[in-house]
Amino acid sequence: MSKPRLVLIGNGMAGVRTIEELLKIKPGHYDITIFGAEPHPNYNRILLSPVLAGEMQVKDIVLNELDWYRDNDIALHTGKTVVKIDRAGRKVISDDGGEEYYDRLLIATGSTPFMLPIPGNDLPGVIGYRDIKDTDEMIDAATRHRHAVVIGGGLLGLEAANGLKLRGMDVTVVHLGPWLLERQLDEVAGQMLQKSLEDKGLKFLLQKQTEMLVQGESGRVAAVRFKDGMQVPADLVVMAAGIRPNYALAEKSGIYCNRGIVVNDTMQTYDPKIYAVGECVSHRGIAYGLVAPLFEQAKVAANHLAGYGIGRYTGSVTSTKLKVTGIDLFSAGDYMGGEGTEEIILNDPCGGVYKKLVIKENKLVGGVMYGDTADGPWYFQLLKDGRDIHDIRDSLIFGQNLVGDVGHAGNNKAAAMADSAEVCGCNGVTKGSIVRAIKEQGLFTLDEVKRHTKAASSCGSCAGLVEQILASTIGGAYTPAASDSKPMCACTEHSHDKVRKLIVEEHLTTKEAVFSELGWTTPNGCEKCRPAINYYLISSWPNDASDDPQSRFINERAHANIQKDGTYSVVPRMWGGLTTPSELRAIADAAEKYKVPTVKVTGGQRIDLLGVRKEDLPAMWADLNAAGMVSGHAYGKSIRTVKTCVGAEHCRFGTQRSMDMGVKLEKMLFDMYSPHKVKLAVSGCPRNCAEAGIKDVGVIGVDSGYELYIGGNGGIKTEVAQFLCKVRSDEEVMEYSGAFLQLYREEGWYLERTCHYLERVGLDYVKGKILEDDDGRRALHARLLDSLKDARDPWATSREPGAIKQFIPIAVAVDA
Amino acid sequence: MSNWQLICKLDDIPQLGARVVRRPSGGDIAVFRTSDDKVFALHDKCPHKGGPLSQGIVHGRRVTCPLHGWNIGLDDGRAVAPDVGSCAGFKVKVEGGEVFLAP
Ligand code: SRM
Ligand SMILES: Cc1cc2nc3c(=O)[nH]c(=O)nc-3n(C[C@H](O)[C@H](O)[C@H](O)COP(=O)(O)OP(=O)(O)OC[C@H]3O[C@@H](n4cnc5c(N)ncnc54)[C@H](O)[C@@H]3O)c2cc1C
Ligand code: SF4
Ligand code: FES
Repeated sequence: MSKPRLVLIGNGMAGVRTIEELLKIKPGHYDITIFGAEPHPNYNRILLSPVLAGEMQVKDIVLNELDWYRDNDIALHTGKTVVKIDRAGRKVISDDGGEEYYDRLLIATGSTPFMLPIPGNDLPGVIGYRDIKDTDEMIDAATRHRHAVVIGGGLLGLEAANGLKLRGMDVTVVHLGPWLLERQLDEVAGQMLQKSLEDKGLKFLLQKQTEMLVQGESGRVAAVRFKDGMQVPADLVVMAAGIRPNYALAEKSGIYCNRGIVVNDTMQTYDPKIYAVGECVSHRGIAYGLVAPLFEQAKVAANHLAGYGIGRYTGSVTSTKLKVTGIDLFSAGDYMGGEGTEEIILNDPCGGVYKKLVIKENKLVGGVMYGDTADGPWYFQLLKDGRDIHDIRDSLIFGQNLVGDVGHAGNNKAAAMADSAEVCGCNGVTKGSIVRAIKEQGLFTLDEVKRHTKAASSCGSCAGLVEQILASTIGGAYTPAASDSKPMCACTEHSHDKVRKLIVEEHLTTKEAVFSELGWTTPNGCEKCRPAINYYLISSWPNDASDDPQSRFINERAHANIQKDGTYSVVPRMWGGLTTPSELRAIADAAEKYKVPTVKVTGGQRIDLLGVRKEDLPAMWADLNAAGMVSGHAYGKSIRTVKTCVGAEHCRFGTQRSMDMGVKLEKMLFDMYSPHKVKLAVSGCPRNCAEAGIKDVGVIGVDSGYELYIGGNGGIKTEVAQFLCKVRSDEEVMEYSGAFLQLYREEGWYLERTCHYLERVGLDYVKGKILEDDDGRRALHARLLDSLKDARDPWATSREPGAIKQFIPIAVAVDA
Repeated sequence: MSNWQLICKLDDIPQLGARVVRRPSGGDIAVFRTSDDKVFALHDKCPHKGGPLSQGIVHGRRVTCPLHGWNIGLDDGRAVAPDVGSCAGFKVKVEGGEVFLAP
């Protein structure tokens, strides 16, 4: 049986990206043919600016070499323009008379530069700025001629002007508007920009209307004349006064167009067999001119071409960055403000820094930054997430560092970092190798950089920095992740939120049901989604769903932490950090019997036996169980430790019996699995020797009862716990903290710690559930107790027949 | 020459799981079982830093190494791009519900 045929018109950034996405999710589904009017394979158009500026070469910016087309069985016709789409006959016809039939057609013809309709606009030496040919012509003109005029002071025009200047030309930028980049910047920032470009030697003529281009004796353009009679010399005129969606071919073929090819949210045109993406498209009345939204469109189109039918494109908020080396400029969203908005402005003309943030109803809706743009991506993320910023408003303008929302503080001047500087401490990845990967492999998103360089793929604390490097390397083209709607992993389009909701609403109780109901693209998921789904199933349906050990990370499957050499570590539980001479004796005996190389006191008030062979685990656990000890779950996304101080039992300052309270809490929570690990601490007085201020739940004894704190974290990024309420009795401590933890168990996303959960839903929301709804709180606590009613020590259950097999290697008699 | 050795019953290996086969000379072999009951055997040593692949999460035709998350193809022992590296494979077959290995 032959495959359906897919034809792509336009071998540019949006079209080829769609094909890449399609090959990723459904390889081999179509016979693919691509027509491209340009004589090149797909290249990174946005990097034409660095090419013009002499910072890169054409060969560096190719995205898909010819080999890529060959390896993927794609028939590529370069240098061929499609001149007709015969919709009735379902074929396209190219300028050399060739024909190609299609079952699905994808149109991605991009746009064309707008050439001002003035006399002389067709003279030799008058060009637009769009492709390799234009760039070559400019580079060539710079070697022979002296005077260049760029018409249009937008992003493209300024990048062209900068490049021509760097190539030695005398450059004048003519601009109709009152200041530069008036579509991206407000007046103050526009003027600062003009000043620094003038310092680089560029000349500007603002609010000038061009009347005609004057021909010289050689036949080439020689001057630009303005309405007011003024005239400037010009051997090269670059028109950068805007772009026009290139939809003539589609319109001629009877496809409905209105300032672009009109598509719906699935990127389908009015002809259901024909899809369109990129700058040629009009989606909800908008034609985008930056690649980030086009790549989102590509993802959606690919999904529908693959026949999965999920995913909608609902429009994009865009951000821009000017790619002129030495000038930092970033803008996003509604930066002008107006009715109903407030502005926070930082203006330091001497330091050359200007920042403006526009806020509406406690949310960031836009911003402009000039001179210091390191925080641009962070602001853009806040804007896209629609995060409530009232709690960080005071220091918002000073950036992420001061707000404290960053991992490696002080390091976020991405652009200024040396290439040898280490960005990802976990994987030892330098800035240089990240920049190289971005350029050489054509990476656009954080996920791609993670995959190719491993940076930010471990603890993730450098993710913000990597995004900044991305942004400073490829400008506005990078695609920041919108965390709330981000797919769980490459197996699905659905976010954690969505999957979790559907499991509850549709009463799904097995991973197979999730995969088939939600259209997973892989047969059994991957290492990222499987543990998450397993957790969602057992936490949503504790009595119906059964745990799937093979979906758990090895530590949870083996009930011990794997070490770098493949051995394991064993941490017996010491309730509230308390132990006895006989327990210590049993631990000492076990350490000797199983030849444990290292015995260590942990940061969690208990003892770690490190370096145990997997096959010794069951016997060692049996010995420890016999001495009355159970698993400490030091390996789990689960209850870990409840640290305590000595408290009123012994301490001269103690107001509450913190050891006793801690032990009770730990017993209540024993064997509790959760989205991420959970740690508690109980201190007997506000001196807080148990460090309750950085725990998921912190309890501090005071004279009249206890103060409860939630959402603290002492790990990758220290987060101080927030005050929840004050309670009087031990029972209330158990009920309130149990209810909060159950809420987190039911709503937290996998690998989201309480501090991140709290940041996402807000403290007020949690207070509403725990403090203002007495029945709700009691019900939460009851559900927690219900799901833990059958808790058993995993060290004991792992020794039962069936479960124990994994610990026993199979011996073979001979080698080979 | 095949010198097949019976190692275990198919059901002794969990679906989407693995067992370790210990050879007299050392050098463990990981024997994997997929969700469609195909069985594969690889040297139990990740090409990255020697992590025990038998302890990883199995999905599709891949296993994810437990130490740093490389994905290794079960059928060819090769690291999935962009990682580069490979580990040796061994012949295995299932007959009458029993697993045989040619180590
Ligand atoms: C053993 C111990 C270090 C020690 O010798 O003291 C330890 C060891 C590990 N920690 Fe920890 N952490 C230990 C206390 C801590 C503490 C301090 C505490 O609990 O009071 C923290 C900061 C507090 C916190 O979690 O908020 C801590 C923050 C982390 C983090 C960062 C978590 C975060 O949300 O930022 C990780 C990474 C993770 O979990 O993803 C981590 C992960 C790990 C892992 C499990 C890494 C891994 O996945 O293999 C380490 C296992 C080592 C091993 O081979 O056994 N460990 N780790 C401590 C065990 C305590 C216990 O008795 O259970
Ligand atoms: C100098 C420059 C700098 C830029 N900088 C940035 C930036 O920093 N950030 C950013 O986000 N965006 C930037 N852009 C914009 C970005 O390059 C475009 O948004 C993007 O390339 C549009 O992708 P597309 O696939 O829609 O169109 P294109 O990439 O233009 O691809 C369309 C292709 O279709 C071909 N074609 C047209 N008609 C036919 C036909 N009938 N038959 C066959 N082939 C045909 C064209 O030749 C072209 O190759 C820049 C653009 C330029 C020119
Ligand atoms: S024990 Fe914790 S801090 Fe120490 S190396 Fe391991 S993960 Fe890092
Ligand atoms: S040892 Fe396997 S990924 Fe590092």
